Amino acid sequence: MKNVRILIIGGGPAGLAAAISAYDKGERDILILEREDKLGGILNQCIHNGFGLHTFKEELTGPEYAQRFIDQVNERQIKYLLNTTVIRVEENLEVKALNEEEGLLNIKAEAIILSCGCRERPRGGVNIAGSRGSGIYSAGTAQKLVNIDGLMPGKEVVILGSGDIGLIMARRMTFEGAKVKAVVELLPYSSGLNRNIVQCLNDFDIPLMFSHTVVDIKGEDRVTSVVIAEVDDHLNPKMETAQEIKCDTLLLSVGLLPENELAKGAGVSLSRITRGAYVDDNLMTSVPGIFECGNVLHVHDLVDFVSLEAKEAGEKAVEYINESEHIKIDRIEIKAEDGVRYVVPEFILKNNDASEMTLKMRVGNVYRKTKIVVEADGEVIHSKPKQIVTPGEMETIPLKSDEVLKLRNAKEIKVYLRSV
Amino acid sequence: MKEFICINCPLGCHLVVDDSDKNNVKVTGYTCLRGKQYGIDEVLHPKRMVTSSVIVLNGKMPVVSVKTKEAIPKGLIFKSLELLKGLKIEAPVHIGDVVYQNILDTGIDFVATRNVERSK
Repeated sequence: MKNVRILIIGGGPAGLAAAISAYDKGERDILILEREDKLGGILNQCIHNGFGLHTFKEELTGPEYAQRFIDQVNERQIKYLLNTTVIRVEENLEVKALNEEEGLLNIKAEAIILSCGCRERPRGGVNIAGSRGSGIYSAGTAQKLVNIDGLMPGKEVVILGSGDIGLIMARRMTFEGAKVKAVVELLPYSSGLNRNIVQCLNDFDIPLMFSHTVVDIKGEDRVTSVVIAEVDDHLNPKMETAQEIKCDTLLLSVGLLPENELAKGAGVSLSRITRGAYVDDNLMTSVPGIFECGNVLHVHDLVDFVSLEAKEAGEKAVEYINESEHIKIDRIEIKAEDGVRYVVPEFILKNNDASEMTLKMRVGNVYRKTKIVVEADGEVIHSKPKQIVTPGEMETIPLKSDEVLKLRNAKEIKVYLRSV
Repeated sequence: MKEFICINCPLGCHLVVDDSDKNNVKVTGYTCLRGKQYGIDEVLHPKRMVTSSVIVLNGKMPVVSVKTKEAIPKGLIFKSLELLKGLKIEAPVHIGDVVYQNILDTGIDFVATRNVERSK
């Protein structure tokens, strides 16, 4: 059994930032485990620009953003193992991992930071009828094929789902000579950023069809066409509107699922809404010593916010292992109501120190002329007016220390939307 | 008259821009001044950063990602991508290395955005 003070599972943007902040907080015994053959995670295949505006005040591509953090990990000589897959995390913080050179690794940690990111929702997750010919990919798989392996998945493309990866891939496939015939979105609005709708679709006259879905996929060996149809208010397809689009490729950009199998195995309680762990304001899960940050906790839309959250997780993990004894502090739930789908953290520690804190949340629909209200025992603690909130953009509420103190002493905390 | 969706914030204002007089471009439909400026920029000199990839020889990866060092005129996007077709560069390549110099006389280069080391 190998002992490590802080074990970080996942060497993407969250894991790297957590490792750097744990080091800077004074901890030297840190180990990052990464499944792929390089650090950087999903950023390695996100070769488009737009990363780092908040963190570095300049617009970087994904690999450049990742490299800045990889360089900081290397400067600090933080240890990491590549090509290493974690197969089990136990509640007592014992971890089993595998790699080719060392075989089975048994590691005992004092704190574990889960920064494993997300997986894409597959075809089975949206139940599309039709044949099973080749040419059906998740948008992220297509992105990896084009940007990492230098391979083109197809020539005539239909994309289901208007999430950011789908939009980015519409432009990328167009740049590489493919014809993107349509982006089809089930909902009446896009979950992608405006900037991507304009610069990835409108710039190239790619049609975006709202309230439509794919109802059939045709082609035996290879996809030859897809059938799309408009949907009604209950999202059921209106078959009389069905139309066939010839294509050889269907990309699915239908959502991301936090990869929490390891957390589940360790007994961490998970939220049915975020599909990440329930955490308190130290980003600690229901299992003492296990922390979560980044997309495994909840899906972020900007990597800058992932880095900030992970920095906090790294610091809190160091504070935790340096405690002489772990006193259990009661926590109070932050309830999401009236239009707010979820708030992270879900819990705040009672009677703890005053400190600044950022509440992160997503709404369930598009709301105009509204305000986000944080309430404690009926008293409005913070109110943030918004011209518009959309499900595609994560909202943040930075709270000052006196506001946080009021929350820590409250019996009931709610976050909700109110129209103005 | 040209129509745009402003990209500065989630509001996504639908702008209508009258550019019949280039010296006095009129924008309607904006909510804030950033939106007005966006409308003016989009008709007078729209620019985009272009990102793509280039084949690498003897590298640990088959392709290296690249970007235009600065945004280039929007009308040059596809012509600039043509320049990368058939281009092959020898590993190692490092972030910031110039991959193609002076794109279509803009004075802007394509630079690498990833490190690709030489394979043994």
